[in-house]
Amino acid sequence: MSSPEAQWRAALAEGRLLLQRAPDGRVVFPPRLAAPGTGEVLEWFEASGRGTVYTLSWVNRKPPAEPYNVALIDLDEGARLMSRVEGVTPATLAIGMRVDAFVDQAEGAPLLLFQPVED
Amino acid sequence: MGDTFPRGGTAIAGLATFGIGEMPGFTSMELTAQAALLAVRDAGLTLPEVDALFICQPDDFFSGLSFAEYLGLQPRYTDNNRTGGSAFMSHIAVAAMMLDAGYIDCALIAYGSNQRSNGGKLATRISSNQWDAPYAPLFPLTSYALATARHMHEFGTTREDLAAVALSARAWANTNPEAFAKGPLTLEDCLSARMVSTPISVRDCCLVTDGAAAIVMTRTTRARDLAKRVVSVLGAAAATWWNSIAQAPDVTVTAASESGARAMAMAGVVPKDIRTAQLYDAFTINTILFLEDLGFCPKGEGGRFVSSGAIAPGGSLPVNTNGGGLSCCHPGMYGLFAVIEAARQIRGEAANQLADVDVALAHGNGGTLSSQATVVLGSPATL
Repeated sequence: MSSPEAQWRAALAEGRLLLQRAPDGRVVFPPRLAAPGTGEVLEWFEASGRGTVYTLSWVNRKPPAEPYNVALIDLDEGARLMSRVEGVTPATLAIGMRVDAFVDQAEGAPLLLFQPVED
Repeated sequence: MGDTFPRGGTAIAGLATFGIGEMPGFTSMELTAQAALLAVRDAGLTLPEVDALFICQPDDFFSGLSFAEYLGLQPRYTDNNRTGGSAFMSHIAVAAMMLDAGYIDCALIAYGSNQRSNGGKLATRISSNQWDAPYAPLFPLTSYALATARHMHEFGTTREDLAAVALSARAWANTNPEAFAKGPLTLEDCLSARMVSTPISVRDCCLVTDGAAAIVMTRTTRARDLAKRVVSVLGAAAATWWNSIAQAPDVTVTAASESGARAMAMAGVVPKDIRTAQLYDAFTINTILFLEDLGFCPKGEGGRFVSSGAIAPGGSLPVNTNGGGLSCCHPGMYGLFAVIEAARQIRGEAANQLADVDVALAHGNGGTLSSQATVVLGSPATL
Protein backbone atom coordinates (compact mmCIF):
# COMPACT_ATOMS: atom_id res chain seq x y z
CA MET A 1 0.00 0.00 0.00
CA SER A 2 1.26 3.48 -0.81
CA SER A 3 0.26 6.83 0.65
CA PRO A 4 -2.72 8.34 -1.18
CA GLU A 5 -1.39 11.82 -0.46
CA ALA A 6 2.03 10.87 -1.90
CA GLN A 7 0.37 9.45 -5.02
CA TRP A 8 -1.63 12.63 -5.49
CA ARG A 9 1.43 14.83 -5.11
CA ALA A 10 3.48 12.68 -7.50
CA ALA A 11 0.75 13.04 -10.14
CA LEU A 12 0.54 16.79 -9.59
CA ALA A 13 4.29 17.06 -10.14
CA GLU A 14 3.63 15.48 -13.58
CA GLY A 15 0.93 18.06 -14.26
CA ARG A 16 -2.00 15.72 -13.59
CA LEU A 17 -4.91 16.42 -11.21
CA LEU A 18 -6.11 13.18 -9.63
CA LEU A 19 -9.36 12.66 -7.74
CA GLN A 20 -10.89 9.61 -6.10
CA ARG A 21 -14.32 8.10 -6.60
CA ALA A 22 -16.29 6.06 -4.06
CA PRO A 23 -18.43 3.06 -5.06
CA ASP A 24 -21.56 5.20 -4.66
CA GLY A 25 -20.19 7.69 -7.19
CA ARG A 26 -19.16 10.43 -4.80
CA VAL A 27 -15.95 12.22 -5.73
CA VAL A 28 -13.47 12.68 -2.90
CA PHE A 29 -10.87 15.36 -2.26
CA PRO A 30 -8.45 15.66 -0.44
CA PRO A 31 -7.16 12.14 -1.19
CA ARG A 32 -7.93 9.57 1.47
CA LEU A 33 -7.24 5.97 2.38
CA ALA A 34 -10.93 5.14 2.27
CA ALA A 35 -14.26 6.70 1.39
CA PRO A 36 -15.40 9.16 4.06
CA GLY A 37 -18.46 7.94 5.90
CA THR A 38 -18.31 4.36 4.63
CA GLY A 39 -14.68 3.24 4.67
CA GLU A 40 -15.09 1.72 1.21
CA VAL A 41 -12.33 1.42 -1.39
CA LEU A 42 -11.65 4.50 -3.51
CA GLU A 43 -10.59 4.51 -7.16
CA TRP A 44 -8.31 7.11 -8.72
CA PHE A 45 -9.20 8.95 -11.89
CA GLU A 46 -7.83 12.00 -13.66
CA ALA A 47 -9.95 15.14 -13.46
CA SER A 48 -10.74 17.33 -16.45
CA GLY A 49 -9.53 20.35 -14.50
CA ARG A 50 -12.67 22.28 -15.44
CA GLY A 51 -14.60 23.90 -12.63
CA THR A 52 -16.72 26.79 -11.40
CA VAL A 53 -15.94 29.41 -8.77
CA TYR A 54 -18.21 28.64 -5.77
CA THR A 55 -17.08 31.52 -3.56
CA LEU A 56 -14.10 33.84 -3.28
CA SER A 57 -12.31 36.42 -1.18
CA TRP A 58 -9.65 39.01 -1.98
CA VAL A 59 -7.05 39.27 0.76
CA ASN A 60 -5.69 42.81 1.05
CA ARG A 61 -2.05 43.47 1.84
CA LYS A 62 -0.09 46.56 2.71
CA PRO A 63 0.60 48.54 -0.46
CA PRO A 64 2.40 48.28 -2.75
CA ALA A 65 1.69 44.54 -2.45
CA GLU A 66 -1.33 43.64 -4.54
CA PRO A 67 -4.35 41.82 -3.10
CA TYR A 68 -4.57 38.13 -3.91
CA ASN A 69 -7.62 35.92 -4.15
CA VAL A 70 -8.62 32.75 -2.33
CA ALA A 71 -11.39 30.78 -4.00
CA LEU A 72 -13.34 27.60 -3.50
CA ILE A 73 -13.61 25.80 -6.83
CA ASP A 74 -16.27 23.22 -7.65
CA LEU A 75 -14.69 20.78 -10.08
CA ASP A 76 -17.02 19.47 -12.78
CA GLU A 77 -16.51 15.93 -11.47
CA GLY A 78 -17.97 16.94 -8.07
CA ALA A 79 -15.15 17.74 -5.67
CA ARG A 80 -14.60 21.13 -4.05
CA LEU A 81 -11.17 22.54 -3.22
CA MET A 82 -9.43 25.75 -2.22
CA SER A 83 -7.20 27.44 -4.77
CA ARG A 84 -6.37 30.75 -6.46
CA VAL A 85 -7.53 32.05 -9.82
CA GLU A 86 -4.78 33.69 -11.84
CA GLY A 87 -5.18 36.36 -14.51
CA VAL A 88 -8.15 38.06 -12.89
CA THR A 89 -8.87 41.25 -10.94
CA PRO A 90 -11.43 42.07 -8.24
CA ALA A 91 -13.53 43.50 -11.06
CA THR A 92 -13.46 40.35 -13.21
CA LEU A 93 -13.37 37.41 -10.77
CA ALA A 94 -16.92 36.38 -9.85
CA ILE A 95 -18.86 33.54 -8.32
CA GLY A 96 -20.00 31.27 -11.14
CA MET A 97 -16.97 31.98 -13.36
CA ARG A 98 -15.76 28.96 -15.34
CA VAL A 99 -12.13 28.08 -14.69
CA ASP A 100 -9.53 25.53 -15.76
CA ALA A 101 -6.76 24.00 -13.67
CA PHE A 102 -3.05 24.28 -14.32
CA VAL A 103 -0.01 23.30 -12.32
CA ASP A 104 2.42 26.05 -11.44
CA GLN A 105 5.94 24.74 -10.94
CA ALA A 106 7.56 28.14 -10.31
CA GLU A 107 7.65 28.13 -6.51
CA GLY A 108 9.52 24.87 -6.09
CA ALA A 109 6.63 22.68 -5.00
CA PRO A 110 4.02 22.13 -7.72
CA LEU A 111 0.91 24.18 -7.00
CA LEU A 112 -2.59 23.67 -8.38
CA LEU A 113 -4.00 26.94 -9.72
CA PHE A 114 -6.87 27.96 -11.98
CA GLN A 115 -7.41 30.42 -14.83
CA PRO A 116 -10.57 31.69 -16.50
CA VAL A 117 -11.78 29.64 -19.43
CA GLU A 118 -14.48 30.00 -22.07
CA ASP A 119 -16.62 26.86 -22.33
CA MET B 1 -31.40 6.09 20.80
CA GLY B 2 -29.02 8.92 21.37
CA ASP B 3 -29.61 12.38 22.77
CA THR B 4 -30.88 11.13 26.12
CA PHE B 5 -30.25 14.11 28.37
CA PRO B 6 -30.99 14.88 32.02
CA ARG B 7 -33.22 17.90 31.32
CA GLY B 8 -32.89 20.30 34.24
CA GLY B 9 -30.99 17.72 36.29
CA THR B 10 -27.87 19.86 36.50
CA ALA B 11 -27.28 23.54 37.01
CA ILE B 12 -24.80 26.35 36.73
CA ALA B 13 -24.32 27.07 40.43
CA GLY B 14 -21.48 29.55 40.16
CA LEU B 15 -20.10 31.86 37.51
CA ALA B 16 -17.57 34.63 37.09
CA THR B 17 -15.64 36.64 34.58
CA PHE B 18 -12.33 38.32 35.31
CA GLY B 19 -9.97 40.72 33.58
CA ILE B 20 -12.13 41.46 30.55
CA GLY B 21 -10.36 44.07 28.43
CA GLU B 22 -6.72 44.65 29.24
CA MET B 23 -4.77 43.02 32.07
CA PRO B 24 -1.13 43.74 31.28
CA GLY B 25 1.37 41.65 33.15
CA PHE B 26 -0.95 38.74 33.88
CA THR B 27 -0.49 35.30 32.40
CA SER B 28 -3.41 33.41 30.88
CA MET B 29 -3.13 30.92 33.74
CA GLU B 30 -3.44 33.66 36.36
CA LEU B 31 -6.49 35.23 34.72
CA THR B 32 -8.18 31.85 34.42
CA ALA B 33 -7.37 30.85 37.98
CA GLN B 34 -8.88 34.06 39.33
CA ALA B 35 -12.08 33.52 37.35
CA ALA B 36 -12.25 29.95 38.63
CA LEU B 37 -11.80 30.99 42.27
CA LEU B 38 -14.46 33.68 41.89
CA ALA B 39 -16.90 31.21 40.31
CA VAL B 40 -16.40 28.69 43.12
CA ARG B 41 -16.96 31.44 45.68
CA ASP B 42 -20.00 32.71 43.76
CA ALA B 43 -21.57 29.26 44.12
CA GLY B 44 -20.91 29.25 47.86
CA LEU B 45 -18.62 26.26 47.43
CA THR B 46 -14.95 25.72 48.24
CA LEU B 47 -12.14 24.68 45.96
CA PRO B 48 -11.70 21.18 47.45
CA GLU B 49 -15.30 20.42 46.50
CA VAL B 50 -14.41 20.65 42.77
CA ASP B 51 -13.85 17.11 41.51
CA ALA B 52 -13.90 17.56 37.73
CA LEU B 53 -12.09 20.01 35.48
CA PHE B 54 -13.04 21.05 31.96
CA ILE B 55 -10.73 23.50 30.23
CA CYS B 56 -9.33 24.40 26.81
CA GLN B 57 -6.66 27.09 26.83
CA PRO B 58 -5.46 28.62 23.56
CA ASP B 59 -1.78 28.57 24.38
CA ASP B 60 -1.33 25.39 26.43
CA PHE B 61 -1.77 22.00 24.82
CA PHE B 62 -1.82 20.30 28.26
CA SER B 63 -3.95 22.93 29.98
CA GLY B 64 -6.06 20.31 31.73
CA LEU B 65 -2.96 19.14 33.53
CA SER B 66 -1.26 22.47 34.13
CA PHE B 67 -4.42 24.18 35.38
CA ALA B 68 -5.21 21.34 37.80
CA GLU B 69 -1.66 21.62 39.09
CA TYR B 70 -1.88 25.40 39.43
CA LEU B 71 -5.10 25.31 41.47
CA GLY B 72 -4.05 22.21 43.38
CA LEU B 73 -6.90 20.10 42.06
CA GLN B 74 -6.75 16.35 41.67
CA PRO B 75 -9.86 15.87 39.51
CA ARG B 76 -11.67 12.57 39.14
CA TYR B 77 -12.02 13.58 35.52
CA THR B 78 -10.13 16.11 33.38
CA ASP B 79 -11.29 17.22 29.95
CA ASN B 80 -9.19 19.34 27.59
CA ASN B 81 -11.05 18.95 24.32
CA ARG B 82 -10.03 20.76 21.14
CA THR B 83 -13.17 21.76 19.33
CA GLY B 84 -12.31 25.45 19.37
CA GLY B 85 -14.59 28.13 20.76
CA SER B 86 -17.50 25.72 21.05
CA ALA B 87 -15.49 23.56 23.49
CA PHE B 88 -17.20 25.02 26.54
CA MET B 89 -20.72 24.15 25.40
CA SER B 90 -19.44 20.61 24.80
CA HIS B 91 -17.95 20.67 28.28
CA ILE B 92 -21.40 21.48 29.68
CA ALA B 93 -22.92 18.50 27.84
CA VAL B 94 -20.29 16.13 29.22
CA ALA B 95 -20.37 17.59 32.72
CA ALA B 96 -24.17 17.35 32.84
CA MET B 97 -24.10 13.69 31.89
CA MET B 98 -21.34 12.88 34.38
CA LEU B 99 -23.01 14.81 37.20
CA ASP B 100 -26.36 13.18 36.52
CA ALA B 101 -24.74 9.74 36.47
CA GLY B 102 -23.06 10.42 39.80
CA TYR B 103 -19.59 9.99 38.30
CA ILE B 104 -18.63 13.49 39.49
CA ASP B 105 -20.18 15.92 41.98
CA CYS B 106 -18.86 19.37 41.07
CA ALA B 107 -17.52 20.45 37.68
CA LEU B 108 -15.36 23.50 37.06
CA ILE B 109 -15.34 24.79 33.48
CA ALA B 110 -12.78 27.54 32.88
CA TYR B 111 -11.08 29.56 30.18
CA GLY B 112 -8.84 32.60 29.97
CA SER B 113 -6.34 34.38 27.79
CA ASN B 114 -4.03 37.38 27.95
CA GLN B 115 -3.90 37.61 24.18
CA ARG B 116 -4.38 41.37 23.97
CA SER B 117 -1.64 42.27 26.44
CA ASN B 118 0.55 39.48 25.14
CA GLY B 119 1.11 40.94 21.69
CA GLY B 120 -2.43 41.49 20.47
CA LYS B 121 -2.40 38.55 18.13
CA LEU B 122 -4.68 35.57 18.15
CA ALA B 123 -2.83 33.24 20.53
CA THR B 124 -3.48 30.12 18.54
CA ARG B 125 -1.18 27.54 17.08
CA ILE B 126 -3.90 26.40 14.74
CA SER B 127 -3.49 27.05 11.03
CA SER B 128 -4.89 25.98 7.69
CA ASN B 129 -4.39 22.37 6.66
CA GLN B 130 -1.84 21.39 4.02
CA TRP B 131 -4.41 21.54 1.19
CA ASP B 132 -5.49 25.10 1.93
CA ALA B 133 -2.30 26.65 3.30
CA PRO B 134 -0.51 27.14 -0.09
CA TYR B 135 -3.22 29.67 -1.05
CA ALA B 136 -2.60 31.73 2.10
CA PRO B 137 -6.12 32.24 3.44
CA LEU B 138 -5.96 34.40 6.57
CA PHE B 139 -6.69 31.98 9.39
CA PRO B 140 -9.45 31.90 10.36
CA LEU B 141 -10.74 35.14 8.80
CA THR B 142 -10.76 34.25 5.09
CA SER B 143 -12.84 31.12 5.74
CA TYR B 144 -15.58 33.32 7.19
CA ALA B 145 -15.15 35.70 4.26
CA LEU B 146 -15.79 32.82 1.84
CA ALA B 147 -19.00 31.98 3.69
CA THR B 148 -20.03 35.65 3.75
CA ALA B 149 -19.43 36.12 0.01
CA ARG B 150 -21.55 33.09 -0.83
CA HIS B 151 -24.34 34.17 1.55
CA MET B 152 -24.42 37.57 -0.16
CA HIS B 153 -24.48 35.90 -3.59
CA GLU B 154 -27.27 33.45 -2.80
CA PHE B 155 -29.50 35.51 -0.54
CA GLY B 156 -28.78 39.14 -1.32
CA THR B 157 -27.28 39.81 2.08
CA THR B 158 -25.56 43.20 2.09
CA ARG B 159 -22.69 44.89 3.86
CA GLU B 160 -25.35 47.03 5.55
CA ASP B 161 -26.83 43.83 7.00
CA LEU B 162 -23.41 42.79 8.30
CA ALA B 163 -23.01 46.26 9.79
CA ALA B 164 -26.35 45.90 11.57
CA VAL B 165 -24.83 43.03 13.56
CA ALA B 166 -21.86 45.15 14.59
CA LEU B 167 -24.07 48.15 15.42
CA SER B 168 -26.39 46.03 17.57
CA ALA B 169 -23.45 44.57 19.46
CA ARG B 170 -22.07 48.05 20.10
CA ALA B 171 -25.44 49.33 21.29
CA TRP B 172 -25.59 46.56 23.91
CA ALA B 173 -21.94 47.12 24.87
CA ASN B 174 -22.46 50.81 25.41
CA THR B 175 -24.57 50.09 28.50
CA ASN B 176 -22.46 47.20 29.81
CA PRO B 177 -19.69 48.41 32.16
CA GLU B 178 -17.75 45.19 31.51
CA ALA B 179 -17.64 45.65 27.73
CA PHE B 180 -14.29 46.63 26.24
CA ALA B 181 -15.39 48.45 23.07
CA LYS B 182 -17.76 51.28 23.85
CA GLY B 183 -18.58 54.55 22.17
CA PRO B 184 -20.33 55.69 19.03
CA LEU B 185 -20.25 53.47 15.96
CA THR B 186 -22.13 54.42 12.81
CA LEU B 187 -23.18 52.61 9.67
CA GLU B 188 -20.76 54.83 7.77
CA ASP B 189 -17.93 53.76 10.11
CA CYS B 190 -18.67 50.14 9.25
CA LEU B 191 -19.04 50.65 5.50
CA SER B 192 -15.84 52.70 5.23
CA ALA B 193 -13.78 50.40 7.45
CA ARG B 194 -10.58 48.87 6.10
CA MET B 195 -11.29 45.74 4.06
CA VAL B 196 -9.24 42.78 5.30
CA SER B 197 -10.45 39.81 3.25
CA THR B 198 -13.44 40.72 1.12
CA PRO B 199 -16.24 41.14 2.06
CA ILE B 200 -15.04 41.22 5.70
CA SER B 201 -13.74 44.54 7.02
CA VAL B 202 -12.18 45.23 10.40
CA ARG B 203 -15.64 46.20 11.70
CA ASP B 204 -16.92 42.71 10.90
CA CYS B 205 -14.27 41.15 13.15
CA CYS B 206 -14.41 40.36 16.85
CA LEU B 207 -12.22 42.11 19.37
CA VAL B 208 -8.85 40.97 20.61
CA THR B 209 -9.01 41.31 24.39
CA ASP B 210 -7.78 39.72 27.57
CA GLY B 211 -10.28 38.00 29.82
CA ALA B 212 -11.24 34.88 31.70
CA ALA B 213 -14.45 33.09 32.56
CA ALA B 214 -15.47 30.16 34.71
CA ILE B 215 -18.62 28.33 35.73
CA VAL B 216 -19.29 25.70 38.38
CA MET B 217 -21.87 22.97 37.74
CA THR B 218 -23.60 20.70 40.24
CA ARG B 219 -26.75 18.61 40.24
CA THR B 220 -29.80 20.88 40.49
CA THR B 221 -30.85 19.31 43.79
CA ARG B 222 -27.60 20.57 45.30
CA ALA B 223 -27.63 23.92 43.51
CA ARG B 224 -30.95 24.74 45.18
CA ASP B 225 -29.16 24.79 48.54
CA LEU B 226 -26.30 26.96 47.30
CA ALA B 227 -25.83 30.69 47.10
CA LYS B 228 -27.49 31.81 43.88
CA ARG B 229 -30.66 31.41 41.84
CA VAL B 230 -30.60 28.07 40.04
CA VAL B 231 -29.77 28.21 36.33
CA SER B 232 -30.53 24.74 35.08
CA VAL B 233 -29.20 23.07 31.96
CA LEU B 234 -32.21 22.06 29.89
CA GLY B 235 -30.33 20.77 26.87
CA ALA B 236 -26.84 20.68 25.37
CA ALA B 237 -25.70 19.30 22.03
CA ALA B 238 -22.62 19.53 19.83
CA ALA B 239 -22.16 18.78 16.14
CA THR B 240 -19.07 18.71 13.94
CA TRP B 241 -19.49 18.75 10.18
CA TRP B 242 -16.03 19.64 8.83
CA ASN B 243 -12.71 21.22 9.66
CA SER B 244 -11.70 23.15 6.54
CA ILE B 245 -14.32 25.45 5.04
CA ALA B 246 -13.40 23.91 1.67
CA GLN B 247 -15.06 20.69 2.87
CA ALA B 248 -18.39 22.34 3.69
CA PRO B 249 -21.11 21.00 1.37
CA ASP B 250 -22.82 24.40 1.69
CA VAL B 251 -20.89 27.23 3.36
CA THR B 252 -24.16 28.99 4.22
CA VAL B 253 -25.46 26.15 6.42
CA THR B 254 -23.61 25.20 9.60
CA ALA B 255 -23.88 22.34 12.06
CA ALA B 256 -25.72 24.78 14.33
CA SER B 257 -28.80 23.55 12.46
CA GLU B 258 -28.13 20.16 14.04
CA SER B 259 -26.81 21.14 17.47
CA GLY B 260 -29.55 23.73 17.98
CA ALA B 261 -32.38 21.43 16.99
CA ARG B 262 -31.06 18.66 19.22
CA ALA B 263 -30.45 20.92 22.22
CA MET B 264 -33.91 22.47 21.89
CA ALA B 265 -35.53 19.03 21.57
CA MET B 266 -33.80 17.93 24.78
CA ALA B 267 -35.00 21.12 26.46
CA GLY B 268 -38.53 20.76 25.12
CA VAL B 269 -38.50 24.26 23.66
CA VAL B 270 -38.84 25.85 20.24
CA PRO B 271 -37.13 29.06 19.08
CA LYS B 272 -40.07 31.28 20.06
CA ASP B 273 -39.72 30.11 23.68
CA ILE B 274 -36.19 31.54 23.86
CA ARG B 275 -36.12 35.00 25.40
CA THR B 276 -32.51 35.82 24.50
CA ALA B 277 -29.77 34.19 22.44
CA GLN B 278 -26.06 34.56 23.03
CA LEU B 279 -24.38 33.63 19.74
CA TYR B 280 -20.65 33.28 19.19
CA ASP B 281 -20.00 36.28 16.93
CA ALA B 282 -16.39 35.90 15.83
CA PHE B 283 -17.46 37.72 12.67
CA THR B 284 -20.70 39.47 11.73
CA ILE B 285 -21.71 36.61 9.41
CA ASN B 286 -21.74 34.24 12.40
CA THR B 287 -24.71 35.96 14.00
CA ILE B 288 -26.62 35.86 10.70
CA LEU B 289 -25.84 32.20 10.01
CA PHE B 290 -26.67 31.09 13.56
CA LEU B 291 -29.96 33.02 13.67
CA GLU B 292 -30.96 31.08 10.56
CA ASP B 293 -29.53 27.71 11.54
CA LEU B 294 -31.01 27.84 15.05
CA GLY B 295 -34.43 28.56 13.58
CA PHE B 296 -34.98 32.17 14.64
CA CYS B 297 -35.53 33.14 11.00
CA PRO B 298 -35.64 31.25 7.68
CA LYS B 299 -32.41 30.37 5.82
CA GLY B 300 -31.30 33.36 3.80
CA GLU B 301 -33.34 35.86 5.82
CA GLY B 302 -30.70 36.49 8.51
CA GLY B 303 -29.46 39.71 6.94
CA ARG B 304 -32.92 41.22 6.72
CA PHE B 305 -33.72 39.94 10.23
CA VAL B 306 -30.79 41.79 11.80
CA SER B 307 -31.38 44.91 9.71
CA SER B 308 -34.95 45.05 11.04
CA GLY B 309 -33.54 45.77 14.49
CA ALA B 310 -34.77 42.45 15.90
CA ILE B 311 -31.55 41.62 17.76
CA ALA B 312 -30.72 45.11 19.06
CA PRO B 313 -31.92 46.76 22.29
CA GLY B 314 -35.71 46.95 22.10
CA GLY B 315 -35.89 44.19 19.46
CA SER B 316 -37.97 41.02 19.49
CA LEU B 317 -34.99 38.69 20.08
CA PRO B 318 -32.23 40.34 22.13
CA VAL B 319 -28.92 38.83 20.94
CA ASN B 320 -25.52 39.17 22.58
CA THR B 321 -26.82 41.43 25.29
CA ASN B 322 -23.33 41.91 26.73
CA GLY B 323 -21.99 43.27 23.43
CA GLY B 324 -20.76 39.89 22.22
CA GLY B 325 -17.37 39.07 20.80
CA LEU B 326 -17.68 42.10 18.54
CA SER B 327 -17.89 44.72 21.32
CA CYS B 328 -17.71 43.11 24.78
CA CYS B 329 -14.72 40.78 24.70
CA HIS B 330 -13.01 38.12 22.65
CA PRO B 331 -9.99 36.60 24.37
CA GLY B 332 -9.25 34.02 21.68
CA MET B 333 -12.26 31.82 22.38
CA TYR B 334 -15.61 33.31 23.37
CA GLY B 335 -17.86 30.32 24.06
CA LEU B 336 -17.85 30.46 27.85
CA PHE B 337 -18.60 34.19 27.88
CA ALA B 338 -21.77 33.52 25.86
CA VAL B 339 -22.80 30.90 28.44
CA ILE B 340 -22.20 33.30 31.31
CA GLU B 341 -24.24 36.09 29.73
CA ALA B 342 -27.14 33.66 29.18
CA ALA B 343 -26.89 32.50 32.80
CA ARG B 344 -26.71 36.07 34.10
CA GLN B 345 -29.88 36.93 32.18
CA ILE B 346 -31.68 34.03 33.90
CA ARG B 347 -30.31 35.01 37.30
CA GLY B 348 -31.34 38.61 36.81
CA GLU B 349 -27.74 39.81 37.10
CA ALA B 350 -26.99 40.99 33.56
CA ALA B 351 -25.82 44.54 32.92
CA ASN B 352 -28.53 44.85 30.27
CA GLN B 353 -31.06 42.83 32.20
CA LEU B 354 -34.15 41.77 30.26
CA ALA B 355 -37.52 41.18 31.91
CA ASP B 356 -38.87 37.68 32.44
CA VAL B 357 -36.02 35.53 31.19
CA ASP B 358 -36.99 31.90 31.70
CA VAL B 359 -35.21 30.32 28.74
CA ALA B 360 -31.90 31.54 27.31
CA LEU B 361 -29.73 29.99 24.62
CA ALA B 362 -25.94 30.08 24.28
CA HIS B 363 -24.34 28.94 21.06
CA GLY B 364 -20.66 28.25 20.46
CA ASN B 365 -18.67 28.06 17.25
CA GLY B 366 -15.32 26.38 16.76
CA GLY B 367 -12.75 26.31 13.99
CA THR B 368 -13.94 27.79 10.70
CA LEU B 369 -17.70 27.38 11.20
CA SER B 370 -16.70 23.74 11.76
CA SER B 371 -17.81 22.72 15.23
CA GLN B 372 -21.11 23.97 16.64
CA ALA B 373 -22.52 23.46 20.12
CA THR B 374 -25.70 24.78 21.70
CA VAL B 375 -26.81 25.00 25.32
CA VAL B 376 -30.33 25.84 26.51
CA LEU B 377 -30.56 27.21 30.05
CA GLY B 378 -33.68 27.64 32.15
CA SER B 379 -34.97 29.41 35.24
CA PRO B 380 -36.54 27.46 38.14
CA ALA B 381 -39.91 28.07 36.46
CA THR B 382 -38.90 25.77 33.60
CA LEU B 383 -38.32 22.74 35.83
